[in-house]
Amino acid sequence: MATSNGSSTGTKITALVVDDDRVINAIHCKLLNKLGIENHVAANGKEAVDLHCSGKKFDLILMDRDMPIMNGIEATRELRAMGVRSIIVGVSTRSIKQEIQEFMDSGLDDYQEKPLTSSKVISILHKINFVD
Amino acid sequence: MERTQLRRQVALTRQSLFDQGFLDEQFIQLEDLQDDANPNFVEEVVTLYYRDSARLITNIEKALEKNSLDFNKLDGFMHQFKGSSSSIGAKKVKAECTLFREYCRAGNGEGCTRTFQQIKKEYATLKRKLEAYFQVVRQAGPAETACWPK
Repeated sequence: MATSNGSSTGTKITALVVDDDRVINAIHCKLLNKLGIENHVAANGKEAVDLHCSGKKFDLILMDRDMPIMNGIEATRELRAMGVRSIIVGVSTRSIKQEIQEFMDSGLDDYQEKPLTSSKVISILHKINFVD
Repeated sequence: MERTQLRRQVALTRQSLFDQGFLDEQFIQLEDLQDDANPNFVEEVVTLYYRDSARLITNIEKALEKNSLDFNKLDGFMHQFKGSSSSIGAKKVKAECTLFREYCRAGNGEGCTRTFQQIKKEYATLKRKLEAYFQVVRQAGPAETACWPK
């Protein structure tokens, strides 16, 4: 699958949280912040794509599935088509296998049920070798 | 002495929210995120939840008033609301949301309407209880280290 870009300055991991739910964004950002990860927020898939079009790069993208304007499946496909090689982890409350697979097939590296917990984020970071 | 009593009251009030099934372990996750940098994180997130979810409640209410119910639309709104409610550990609200979605899938408008009334009731009850809880927390003052029993 895709490999990480790596952050352009120093060793601090950068993450983009893409979700239309501000409560989830607040929780996920705090979670990432406590793990020393610098984070940014996009309220939907289009904002995430636009950020990348403006030249921004992130080591990790947490992508919600269901969002207005552009959903997570469309955004992930778009980002991969643009050549974005960041680690993209889909996060959703959906638990039906077919729906998860559809999301994975759009170009995700991993999928986690939300809300994320510290242990889920740490397991993501381990999987992508960002931590020992 | 008074502070000790207030802190005991905080602990008892908190425990009753779990014992009576209003909150689940996700609330503990929020508490674990609270730190010196964000000492009121839990209250801030809960306040944000009630502020943002009010719009969803209104959307669902309007959608239920229509003569011909759009169950896909209703399910979509409820999916969002359930996700948000889960994120703060609103256990009873979440359970009613699940039931509502089952009625949506069955195309049962009466079931949806009835369950929605229950959702609003649980939502309001939780709001009241959490407001009272946070008031006692504020009165008790900052804890040295939040070390809640799990």
